[in-house]
Amino acid sequence: MTLLDLANPTRFLTLTSRLLPWLAGLTFVLLLIGLYQSAMAPDDYQQGATVKIMFIHVPNAWLSMFVWGVMSLAALGTLVWRHPLADVAAKAAAPIGACFTFLALATGSLWGRPMWGTYWEWDARLTSVLILFLMYLGLIALWRAVEDPSRAARAAAVLTLVGAINLPIIKFSVDWWNTLHQPASVLRLGGPTLDRAFLIPLLIMALAFSLLFLTLHLAAMRNEILRRRVRALQLKQASQLP
Amino acid sequence: MTALAALVRRDVKIALRVGGGALIGVLFFLTVVVLMPFALGPDLALLTRLGPAILWLGALLASLLTLDRLFMADHEDGSLDLIVMGRVPLELACAAKALAHWLAAGLPLVIATPALGLLLNLDATSTSAIGLTLLVGTPALTFTGMIGAALAVTLHRGGLLLAVLVLPLSIPVLIFGVAASEAAIGGFSFGAPFTILCALSLISFVIGPFAAAASLRHGLD
Repeated sequence: MTLLDLANPTRFLTLTSRLLPWLAGLTFVLLLIGLYQSAMAPDDYQQGATVKIMFIHVPNAWLSMFVWGVMSLAALGTLVWRHPLADVAAKAAAPIGACFTFLALATGSLWGRPMWGTYWEWDARLTSVLILFLMYLGLIALWRAVEDPSRAARAAAVLTLVGAINLPIIKFSVDWWNTLHQPASVLRLGGPTLDRAFLIPLLIMALAFSLLFLTLHLAAMRNEILRRRVRALQLKQASQLP
Repeated sequence: MTALAALVRRDVKIALRVGGGALIGVLFFLTVVVLMPFALGPDLALLTRLGPAILWLGALLASLLTLDRLFMADHEDGSLDLIVMGRVPLELACAAKALAHWLAAGLPLVIATPALGLLLNLDATSTSAIGLTLLVGTPALTFTGMIGAALAVTLHRGGLLLAVLVLPLSIPVLIFGVAASEAAIGGFSFGAPFTILCALSLISFVIGPFAAAASLRHGLD
């Protein structure tokens, strides 16, 4: 089973219909374990109980960038290999990514209020993530502005690849500028600086959120394929009208 | 080379003649700057402090306003198809068109800046600093905006969609343009934000033509 075999939408539909219940169940179990572990994690000596926002905030923030990365790969698939499912993947991922980005911003601002004394600060990390959110919205607007999906796909692919420049800027913004946001403490050279009591629940939550994305993405791709079939049938029906 | 030079000359000529509409951008820039004192109140000290931001915002909006014309007119009369099919690489042709657009619509904004600086009670050093940052920064606005213009022309949509697509990409230019101007006025280190602004322009020279050419090649039919 290679990527090319999946180019057949029907085969993709049958495979995902078998896969999705398992994925959804696994996501549910992992989320339960992750949430339980997060709730049981000790309070931080400085931040108290608010540190638990981290277990929601950090996976959302990771996913917000990861989804754009997935869309960039799909954009390459659209432009270079003309893979028939690539534009479906890109289109289905955009609203999910926008949700993750919004949740990262919202939980971050709720965390910022007790810790920094402000809901919002115009520092480099926050601003670059806000730009990411605006680009997600622009991309969704682009998808919705054009009727023909394959035409919209190529335009959206170019925009996605241009927007991918933002990803390293977000990742390294905390190193390049003096920001209120703390520097990386998990994915860094020299290993994580986070204590194991926090690290393990965080990694479980990150895995659970990634699986959540995979589940939602596959389901959204199925819906998009079915929606296109309905559209094609409707167009056919309309053309047969006297 | 001569083909590209001819393309630049043609585009500048069309933009400057009747119906070209390049100078509308300057007029818009002037109007936006004149509107500001009415909104903020005629407090000269406040206008001096906000001057760089007002000028940069005006220039950004004015360059956004004229971006529609970059490919739209050529698409309507069919010459864009000739450019796409021509022997000159499309990336270079896009770069030439953007250069011509900047000469006709971006450079006048830079030239108008000293006069507008007077209205905002800016002294000579501040005005020249803002003028210099605009001179370096407006090409970046044109070359990143070109991506949006190319997408808009292939989708037969302009206006608001173009603004929504282009504005997030131009935020870094705005940030470092205003930061460099304010550093020069406040006497902080001007070099760091200014060199980053130059870097943004150089990056946009590379990415803009390639992305615009890709979207034209895949989008036109």
